[in-house]
Amino acid sequence: MRFHIMPAIAGFLRKLSSHYPLKKICMKKLAMAGVLMKLLLLLGFPGHAQEKPIAFKGALIYPVTGPAIEKGILIVQKGRILAVGDATISIPSDAETIDATGKVIIPGIVDTHSHIGGPEGGDNSNALNPEVRVLDAVNPASNSFKKALAGGITTANIMPGSGHLMSGQTIYLKMRQSDDIEGMLEVNEKGVYGGMKMANGTNSMRGTNGFPGTRAKSAAMDRELFIKAVEYKKKMDSAILKKDSAKMPERDLRMEAMVEVLEGRRVVHFHTHKMNDILTVLRLKKEFGFRVVLHHVSEAWKVIDAIAAAGVPCSIINIDAPGGKLEAMNFSPKNGALLEKAGVPVAIHTDDPITDSRFLMRSAALSVREGMSRQKALEALTIAGARMLDLGSRIGSLEKGKDADFVLLSGDPFSVYTHVEQTWVEGFKRFDRSIPSDKSFAVGGYKVFAPEENADDDDKNYEWNDGR
Amino acid sequence: MQKLLLYILLLSTTLTLHAQIAIKGDKVYTMTGEPILNGVVLIKDGKIEKVGASLKIPSNYTVYQAKIVTPGLVDARSVVGLSGPLNIPIDQDQLEKSSPIQPDLRAIDAYNPDDTLIGYLRVNGVTTIHTGHGVGALVSGQTMVTKTKPGLIDAVTLVPLEMLAMSLGSSVEANFTSPGTKSKEIAMLRTELIKAQAYDKKLSSRDSSKQPSRDLNMEMLVKLLHGEVKALISANTSLDILSAIRLAKEFNLKLVIEGGAEAYRLIDKIKSAGVELIVHATMARPYGEMANMTMENAAILTKAGIPVSIESGYEGYVPKTRVILFEAGVAAANGLPYEEALKAITLNPAHLLGLDKRIGSIEKGKDGDIVLYDGDPFEYTTHVCKVFIDGQLVSDNCQTSDSK
Repeated sequence: MRFHIMPAIAGFLRKLSSHYPLKKICMKKLAMAGVLMKLLLLLGFPGHAQEKPIAFKGALIYPVTGPAIEKGILIVQKGRILAVGDATISIPSDAETIDATGKVIIPGIVDTHSHIGGPEGGDNSNALNPEVRVLDAVNPASNSFKKALAGGITTANIMPGSGHLMSGQTIYLKMRQSDDIEGMLEVNEKGVYGGMKMANGTNSMRGTNGFPGTRAKSAAMDRELFIKAVEYKKKMDSAILKKDSAKMPERDLRMEAMVEVLEGRRVVHFHTHKMNDILTVLRLKKEFGFRVVLHHVSEAWKVIDAIAAAGVPCSIINIDAPGGKLEAMNFSPKNGALLEKAGVPVAIHTDDPITDSRFLMRSAALSVREGMSRQKALEALTIAGARMLDLGSRIGSLEKGKDADFVLLSGDPFSVYTHVEQTWVEGFKRFDRSIPSDKSFAVGGYKVFAPEENADDDDKNYEWNDGR
Repeated sequence: MQKLLLYILLLSTTLTLHAQIAIKGDKVYTMTGEPILNGVVLIKDGKIEKVGASLKIPSNYTVYQAKIVTPGLVDARSVVGLSGPLNIPIDQDQLEKSSPIQPDLRAIDAYNPDDTLIGYLRVNGVTTIHTGHGVGALVSGQTMVTKTKPGLIDAVTLVPLEMLAMSLGSSVEANFTSPGTKSKEIAMLRTELIKAQAYDKKLSSRDSSKQPSRDLNMEMLVKLLHGEVKALISANTSLDILSAIRLAKEFNLKLVIEGGAEAYRLIDKIKSAGVELIVHATMARPYGEMANMTMENAAILTKAGIPVSIESGYEGYVPKTRVILFEAGVAAANGLPYEEALKAITLNPAHLLGLDKRIGSIEKGKDGDIVLYDGDPFEYTTHVCKVFIDGQLVSDNCQTSDSK
């Protein structure tokens, strides 16, 4: 368990530091928590397996950041990758060896856009909710995390819905076994464990009190918030520079989160479909300099050059037919291939429940059908998404020192007949298809998914789930 | 623009409708026996003329070649053409909410053959659809069968009145204030069917003064009671499936269960009741009344000797329709034997719709509905390369599933 708790504590600390901008306050808390952490380490949590190395032998390994390895060996220990290579690398004598001949191993899949676990964002009172955290709603015991593991997903960006201009703070979760959500949080290279969800287009144009009724109003409301945040940050920076705590602006949860966005630490995950809306995001980015990932991007094919020129990555979705809502009418399954050609980093996401977590590999295969290279499609499932979450140094590929997150497949990643056989998270086997109760999460069945598991995406409230 | 070109192409092909074509396939799945290696399908005047291994191709036949060849795909249950892709009131005609029981609503009065989604299905190998009124009313209206080729409704429709679409369960309660309970649903249906029995009795009276005045709803329900049309009942939970079976037994209805998410729990009941089954899309979302669905449903039922057809069904949001080719592929990956999975989207639905003499397999005399692939039809990365309907080439694109 030690491995599971440490990042949570680190995350907690970083969260504190972001909420208490004055170093003085922060250090005090840090010191306190530091003592706590040491205590935890001394206690030495039982049940922490994986002291002994485990070696998987004979599989076709796709490290993703390097060439595929036939009959390769993957060795993991203490939650990390100890080594990955061909049949010539040496296996530690105390290692447990697992024969994976005929299997395929890929890195744990990163889903950059998901609504599993019951996330909630802002309510109907306000279109802009930077202070609202998905963290306070997600249920760590949700069966939907098991569904994700059955799909080979080991890390997910859990987002609130798209019914607001800014619906709140997202969380980056590792699919660890945990009694609380803190135990699943994944603190990234920027010291945060989530991004900021924004949306434009029709979903947030409710026209009701506090919500925009047009696209121009949507952008104006976004800009007003950002301008306010720029002012707040200016005051804060000046107080810190002058070391004058009296000059610090009063604490403001909304502004504190926005400062993280302006500093480029908290990435904006921007739901956008239509060409004009995509261009609006790029315009906002240019004005305020935040870091952004474009999500869904149904009409990406119309504005490929603008996206490439802006240097922003895209997290796309593949759906089985166009439409279902006005903005998805011009969806093209070729988006992935075209973005790749233009040199734009591409991840592919589920937007679960829009597509199911168990079919994320299928989504990547559909891009391959439409002309994306197999290599980029594999990256789109793993390292590309990891980088979009600022987690690329720790997850998303099979490399020495990285987290031992990987998926054992029965065959080619892009074949309909391939099943996820095992999903490992930080050296723990979290899904095993040979165990019937695990398999049930892969295929479904009686009382596998309780009714209360229904994802709470805002989209659902007005458009989807109409009827059954 | 591309659409316009296609129309021009189709128009010109109609002029040369009697063109003769030969389709060569490394493997031809006829659905009537073992697949034919190096098979040839000859089509003349829109009908299949001959099929066999390494047939001699007459010189005046245009030759097409593919790795895999199957019959045109038949979607057992859809609402495409009535429920359009925009999801705004002007393109949603699958569910009239003014009353929970409306058997008089005809599908042909609503079907739009120009719908974008029909083009999308066509490009993905679907040549025939059973479509019509949707899920969500006790009796939502009638269904029809149509080819997916472009054209005016009268030219493309195969069967203007196929079945009567009915639903049980929470979707009905969500759309109407009454019925508000499952018991009330059944009570209302029974009441209406008993009324129809009385109407029918009056109809057969020799005394012309006792003849009832015309009632479109009653006329349709009489057809249902006489078994002239089947009762297509959407039911997913065990409870609703059993209620549908009970209702069908009481009124001697020819019952087709649609959805059937929990059908795998009721093998014996379904077998002994002789119910026909259209199962939900394999990749449907396991929510609400489908919470207990399994991707192995089709496999379990087939293994128990119950033939199944796989439907695209109804989608309220994104994606606005499913594609049976993809759904059958995932069923094949979850235990449904390969050729049974192909049958579930060809011959089985053709049989269910009473059209197995015309469509669903590659046999002499049947419609020239053929799909050509560049690989295993079920593989994610395979392309549907060419689609023929009645011997006309209606789709020709080996690169993409996109219909734009």
